[in-house]
Amino acid sequence: MPLAAWFITSATLFCLGLYGVLTRRNAVAILMAIELMLNAANLNVVATARLLDARGEGQVVALFIIALAACEAVVGLAIILTVYRQAKSIWADDLHLLKG
Amino acid sequence: MTPDLTQWLPWVNYGCAVLAVVAGLRVVTGRQLFHSALALGLSLLSVAGLYFVVAADFLAVAQILIYVGAILTLIAFAIMLTTGFGDPTIPQANRQRLPAALITLAVWILLVRVTVAIPWDQLAAPQPRVPVATVGRTLVTSYLLPFELISILFVACLIGAIAISAQRRPMS
Repeated sequence: MPLAAWFITSATLFCLGLYGVLTRRNAVAILMAIELMLNAANLNVVATARLLDARGEGQVVALFIIALAACEAVVGLAIILTVYRQAKSIWADDLHLLKG
Repeated sequence: MTPDLTQWLPWVNYGCAVLAVVAGLRVVTGRQLFHSALALGLSLLSVAGLYFVVAADFLAVAQILIYVGAILTLIAFAIMLTTGFGDPTIPQANRQRLPAALITLAVWILLVRVTVAIPWDQLAAPQPRVPVATVGRTLVTSYLLPFELISILFVACLIGAIAISAQRRPMS
């Protein structure tokens, strides 16, 4: 597969994630769309590394992104669960008060 | 005699790419949230397949272990602890669907046009396969500081997640 096809796959996945973040009402679904975007960025890093990288730095950076995505998912889901317990709602468009 | 499987590699490659995109579409448009989570798993597995194709074996296994194994389990837990399977008649998308689609399409066209305009394959020859040992050596030599910082971040995340989600009892 030529490198441009990799980039187009990654761009498509990223745009799908962007669409999900903009349209989803469920907070968990928004988090899932963010994971899709992070994954697309990772795919881009790995595709570029195939061209330029002989020391495995691209894979190392991609590994860091996966670790950060895991951290983000843990904290994000903890916040969503707490908000759900407090506000009794999972819909992001219901949650418009910072305090109240 | 073992058959030569490398001739199928381009097909695996394109198949994984198409599967990742189709499953990704299902993630952001599905009505039943749990099905979206399963589609996310399929999309992440297809991306792991793409990593295998470019011989990033270690990364592919890490992707399956961390993304499909851990993050997807967490997401399934979060779905079950909140709405569960839910009512599929409740709309999952807000009213910004049309503007969101237009913005997304504009970003996509921009990215694709920039990508297509550059002759990537003439810029540099593809590198040979990077062995796992080299990746490991790079990880603990040039990238030792970020590697250690990640572990501090993990501890902070764990404590933070426990502190956020712990049920607080009222003071007696």
